[in-house]
Amino acid sequence: MHEELSRLQAEALAALADAADAAGLEAWRVRYLGRKGALTDTMKLLGTLPREARPAYGQAANEVKNALEAAFAERQEALKAAALQVELTGAALDVTLPGRLPALGHLHITTQTLRQFYAIFAEMGFQVYDAPDVETDEYNFGLLNMPPYHPARDMWDTFWVTQGSPDLSEKPTSARELVLRTHTSPGQIRVMRERCPEPIRVILPGKCYRYEQITARSEHQFYQVEGLAVGKGIRLTDLVGTLQQFARRMYGAGRRLRVRGSYFPFTEPSIEADMDCILCGGEGCGVCKYSGWLEIAGAGMVHPTVLRNGGYDPELYSGFAFGFGVERPALMKYDIHDIRYFYGNDLRFLGQFG
Amino acid sequence: MKIPLSWLKDYVDITISPAALAERLTLAGLEVESATQIGELWDRDKLFVGRILSVTQHPDADRLVLARVAYGAAEPLTVVTGAPNLYPFVGRDLSGGHGPKVAFAVAGARLVDGHSAERRIARLKPGKIRGIQSAGMVCSEKELDLSDEHEGILILPDDAPVGVPLIDYMGDTVFTFDIKGAFGHLQSVVGIAREIAALTDQPLRRDALTILDRQPVAIVPDADFTGIVIEDPDLCLRYSAALIEGLTVSPSPLWMQQRLQRAGMRPINNVVDVTNYVMLELGQPLHAFDYDLLRARAGTQTPGFSEKPGVSDRPTIIMRRAHPGEHLTTLDDVDRALDPDMLMITDTAGAIAVAGVMGGADTEVHDDTTTVLLESANFNFLSIRRTSQLLKLSSEAASRFGKQVDPELTVRALARAGQLLAELAGGTVRPVYGDIYPGKPAPRQIDLNPDYVNRILGIEIPAAEMVRILEALEFQVDGKLVNWDTGKLGSRQDGESTNLPIYQSTNLFVTVPSHRQDVNIPADLAEEIGRVYGYDRLPITLMEDELPPQRRNVALEGEEKVRDILVGAGLDEVITYSMINIVDEGRLRADKATPDPADYVHVLNPLTVDRAHLRRTLLPGLLNTARANLRFLDRVAIFEVGRVFTPRPGETLPAEPRRLAALLVGPREPTTWLAHDNEPLGFFDLKGIVEALIGRLSLPDVTWERGEHPAMHPGRTARLSVAGAEVGAVGELHPIVRAAFDLPEETPVAVLELGLDALLAPWGAAIPMTDISTQPAVYEDLAVVVDEGIPAIQVAALIRQTGGKQLADVQLFDIYRGKQIPAGKKSLAYALTFQAADRTLTDQDTSKLRARIVRRLEQELGATLRA
Repeated sequence: MHEELSRLQAEALAALADAADAAGLEAWRVRYLGRKGALTDTMKLLGTLPREARPAYGQAANEVKNALEAAFAERQEALKAAALQVELTGAALDVTLPGRLPALGHLHITTQTLRQFYAIFAEMGFQVYDAPDVETDEYNFGLLNMPPYHPARDMWDTFWVTQGSPDLSEKPTSARELVLRTHTSPGQIRVMRERCPEPIRVILPGKCYRYEQITARSEHQFYQVEGLAVGKGIRLTDLVGTLQQFARRMYGAGRRLRVRGSYFPFTEPSIEADMDCILCGGEGCGVCKYSGWLEIAGAGMVHPTVLRNGGYDPELYSGFAFGFGVERPALMKYDIHDIRYFYGNDLRFLGQFG
Repeated sequence: MKIPLSWLKDYVDITISPAALAERLTLAGLEVESATQIGELWDRDKLFVGRILSVTQHPDADRLVLARVAYGAAEPLTVVTGAPNLYPFVGRDLSGGHGPKVAFAVAGARLVDGHSAERRIARLKPGKIRGIQSAGMVCSEKELDLSDEHEGILILPDDAPVGVPLIDYMGDTVFTFDIKGAFGHLQSVVGIAREIAALTDQPLRRDALTILDRQPVAIVPDADFTGIVIEDPDLCLRYSAALIEGLTVSPSPLWMQQRLQRAGMRPINNVVDVTNYVMLELGQPLHAFDYDLLRARAGTQTPGFSEKPGVSDRPTIIMRRAHPGEHLTTLDDVDRALDPDMLMITDTAGAIAVAGVMGGADTEVHDDTTTVLLESANFNFLSIRRTSQLLKLSSEAASRFGKQVDPELTVRALARAGQLLAELAGGTVRPVYGDIYPGKPAPRQIDLNPDYVNRILGIEIPAAEMVRILEALEFQVDGKLVNWDTGKLGSRQDGESTNLPIYQSTNLFVTVPSHRQDVNIPADLAEEIGRVYGYDRLPITLMEDELPPQRRNVALEGEEKVRDILVGAGLDEVITYSMINIVDEGRLRADKATPDPADYVHVLNPLTVDRAHLRRTLLPGLLNTARANLRFLDRVAIFEVGRVFTPRPGETLPAEPRRLAALLVGPREPTTWLAHDNEPLGFFDLKGIVEALIGRLSLPDVTWERGEHPAMHPGRTARLSVAGAEVGAVGELHPIVRAAFDLPEETPVAVLELGLDALLAPWGAAIPMTDISTQPAVYEDLAVVVDEGIPAIQVAALIRQTGGKQLADVQLFDIYRGKQIPAGKKSLAYALTFQAADRTLTDQDTSKLRARIVRRLEQELGATLRA
């Protein structure tokens, strides 16, 4: 009888070695260790044995069972390890292949720059005020201290517009009333007239238009950000401080600012702010035309006439105003050498900026 | 404006280097755009003023001569030269210093190669020319890098000092100034010199003051030589004229030609050059009329006119507005039609000049002119600018008169011109003048409170320093209650020196000099003080002022959020031009109807026809952008947020509503090794993006309906409404429009244009959250067959309505047409999720709900349950 057990054990172990996967292993388990398996069958023989032989047989059968169970567990582990090995070796990827890109959009570079302006000035208490693109001659020039034919108007080559079909008899320039704003400054008058007598801190971003041929260096459409602060104790030194804060936030902590005299009809005194060249650090290079300085903003103290036109008494109030080009920071930062890229909308260009 | 430094040195000592001067001026607001050095190449020990001692024929060459040149060294040198302007001197006796003065280069001098087309610089090497040793060179203008002139050598004036390095005699730096705005006082050499004097703490030189204040030649008023009548004193503030006789018209001397050239003007003849010279020097434009021609014109008006001067032919100069229909041929030989607001210089026979802009051809100075009437006037600057702009005629005079010329200059300029004409144009000068001055400005006095200046600038500048600055700029300051030791204003304290001036007021009474027409108010003086004090000396402060009320800009926030969502959905933002071609907007119409120009804002002076109108829609910009990009890319997904412009009859300004437009064209996914989905992007891709946008903006009451749009495919256009308001259309481009914009055929182009203001109107309201049920959900599918014409949204809406609260979700997961489905019908399959907030739904609950849904679909939409 014991030989029978030994034979069964030998046969089962041989068969176990042939079980190559989880299914084979399960079939083997059912066949040898299952409720109706071979080992159960041999246990059924126990009753046919003489009483004194039963313990020894039972013990032998148990040993076989334990041995087979141990072998099963071991084989199961081995097969798992082998399967893992197969998975680990067989499923290797060429990790240098390109990944699956989600759809990627880009904000226009001008929007990105505008948002930098918004964020930096918001921290200094300046909020965004919107003004129209089409302006009256009065707001664009007259209320900014430039009556008709004033020589300062030469600083802005102007597009004149009219609502509906133009009168074909050509009107003289003096009769033209509407312009595409040549700068964001007319918004100064609009915000002052709306807010007077509150103190004001706003920035006025927007599209501006100038009658200029489109070349690598000039566009007829561009963006500006105007700033205006009005209050009872605003000083020129505050303006310089504000511009310096901006330069350091926009271009880096160590930036130096240089202020020089200038002329704008709607500020008095008028200044221009230069920053040490971000390319050469002031040594002189092609970008700064070997001056070491880059012009970043025109600015000044709001002209008393302009304050008065906005409703503020210049005896009691003072204010400063500044104007930044929006394309210029990007031109400098990214070394863009042709302004036509901005509104030519070549996606191969626009896709290069975040 | 260009001015040579040497000319400035006539009026002010320059104590710092040209570079330092340029920086000082630039910081003070007088921007030096560039500084060009004349004589950069002239080494001090290599180029000299020389004198030719003798000229002899070269023994072996007809076209060469030998010149012996003294140049300050112990021994003169002999050079071989081919200069034709030395031939006349061959064999002549040049002893006693009669030989011509020349620019003489010795070995090693850097010169420009006279025979080379481009500017090639080489060092002079002595050598033999046709057997004769040449030890140096007498130079042409080209060799000296002065001009391209190489016909002969440069002959210097007789008074040129022999032996002086050429750089000291002729070297110079030419500054180019960028003068902004209405600064008439900076439009002259003396004006800039005055600025330099103030900025470098130097006095203006005495000889300059002589010119300005003392009238160097005596000129006397004489009413007989000419009559002056100002009919329109609002436009002609002052008219002065001088008669100068006995002139000989000839070229100006070298020094004057050189100064004019360096200042950017072309020398013409001594008479014209003097008028230009004085204009550059003092800023007062002058005009010379031929007096005999004026006289002849006056005579034609007078019976019995004879050639001899007499009272009958005394010219009368009349300043008046042009008559309607009046014409004048100006110096440039163009016939000009004048309008009645233009000021004319006329005589009894008609117009002789457009005042302040250009003279007439009829009375022009010519080679035989002997007597001139020299005009020196002052006009209303805005009127001059208007005339110059309307006639599209610019001139040096108009440019200066357009920037407020000092009205006190007229007689001084006549005196200066008289002096120069006497010196340079020979003959006898009989200077007489007339002067009518109806527009003499009242003296301008400004009460300046020093505290105001300091408050505006944000700094404590002592009042004494303010006075010093203003006086340096020739402002007259009274009321100086200044302690000169402390720089402080105040009343005298006991124990202080009694030498201090004592005044009761703390204000400075500032009288503005006549040359500062631009200074009128205390703020103008604050600028003068600030810029001369030096903006670089200002401290830097931050505002201490009250913080204004802070406000949200909801419109901007919404716009930026839309941009972020669309970029997140994979679209690129573009910004196109506001100015467009109306034809492009016409191409947007499948029915080819022409846009009505009355609906547009027109540009009156467009750059090109492509920029002649303001856009009413963003779509052409996107379509043109797509076409341009499709030359390089196969897929374009873009959007623009921007303003469009529509006229508002009766309103001053047009409306500028904000729009959102988007466009998708090309394969859904870029072809990569991972994805080969070459299905083209279409309506549902764009609609999905809009749904995402609406979802992210949490917009309420969204309705999609079949819609129409002139640019879109009639069967593939949806109208979108939000909160009851129509916001725009989403669709695929009409094939005719697609072709009109040269977009690829047979590829759908999905586009949308929405009104951003309408879309965002309901945005921003907080929508309360929906509780998440923890109860188990029951999932069931439902497939119904309906008529093809029934919109899917109607089926889903009915299911939702019937299912009520316990139907948590309805998703369409399949649309089927074909076998088993009758023609003209479609099968719609929905996944339903049943879930209650407070209890577990039983089978009975859900089958009841389901049965009710099916019944209503059958009854109201004629649907049948699909087996």
